Amino acid sequence: MKSAVVVFPGINRERDMMLALEAVTGVAPVAVWHTDPQLPKVDLVVVPGGFSYGDYLRCGAIAARSPIMSDIRAKAAKGLKVLGVCNGFQIVAEAGLLPGALVRNAHLHFVCREVKLAVENNSTFFTNRMKKGAVVSCPVAHGEGNYICDEETLKALEGEGRVVFRYTQGTNPNGAMNDIAGIVNKAGNVIGMMPHPENMIEPLHGKTDCRPLFESLLAA
Amino acid sequence: MKAKIKVTLKKGVLDPQGKAIEGALGHLGFAGVEHVRQGKYFEIDVAETDRSKAMTEVRSMCEKLIANTVIENYDIELA
Repeated sequence: MKSAVVVFPGINRERDMMLALEAVTGVAPVAVWHTDPQLPKVDLVVVPGGFSYGDYLRCGAIAARSPIMSDIRAKAAKGLKVLGVCNGFQIVAEAGLLPGALVRNAHLHFVCREVKLAVENNSTFFTNRMKKGAVVSCPVAHGEGNYICDEETLKALEGEGRVVFRYTQGTNPNGAMNDIAGIVNKAGNVIGMMPHPENMIEPLHGKTDCRPLFESLLAA
Repeated sequence: MKAKIKVTLKKGVLDPQGKAIEGALGHLGFAGVEHVRQGKYFEIDVAETDRSKAMTEVRSMCEKLIANTVIENYDIELA
């Protein structure tokens, strides 16, 4: 399982993501700079978290228009697996790879804490080692994670089982519609999520709840 | 030509910043404030001198970057 992690100016979780990918899959991912015109040959590309371009204009907006994203869009259309985490979710949504948008947390505060995520769809490339309905602990750290989309999109997401992760009752940290924490595109090869699973895989993280998510990549 | 662009949140999109401003105006004693929505304003100088061509170009800029049409509306004024 070969993977790449995209690095934009202002991104700060790329090392955590690279360590997690290597720890679980055994293969060190390639770091790809945002101005590179093309991805190397990989099975998965991860857009990590951070604050690309200082969240200028809108979170993820500038990064979504960088040269590497054109190649990612083209390859995603042909089935390349894409995982966007936190700012990465905002970036892939801004790039049009996932529907909807991430807006300011309803209570205006930046949240940095642990939440509980229910795995709502266990047939994706990132959840196939999980049981449907399983609840995992996972940290969040964001100011703009409030998922929003139009009614029609929401209906499609819910009806087609495309909500992959949902904050369990009472733990929604940002006001996201239907407690949505992560979604998948129609084709099943692009996943975006606000929480940081890469920070819950080692005993030193306190818990290892999210390790099976990365193990899922091996089966995918 | 100068394009003046206003970007506003679509109806129904929660605007917590607007709400916070609304609250602060209340603290200042402005009792008559009913509703606040916050938006963005841009000025873009374009080389194009033909009005309709400039409009087409700026509209394309708005669609592709300046606004996120999932959540925002934009309004262009050419001067």
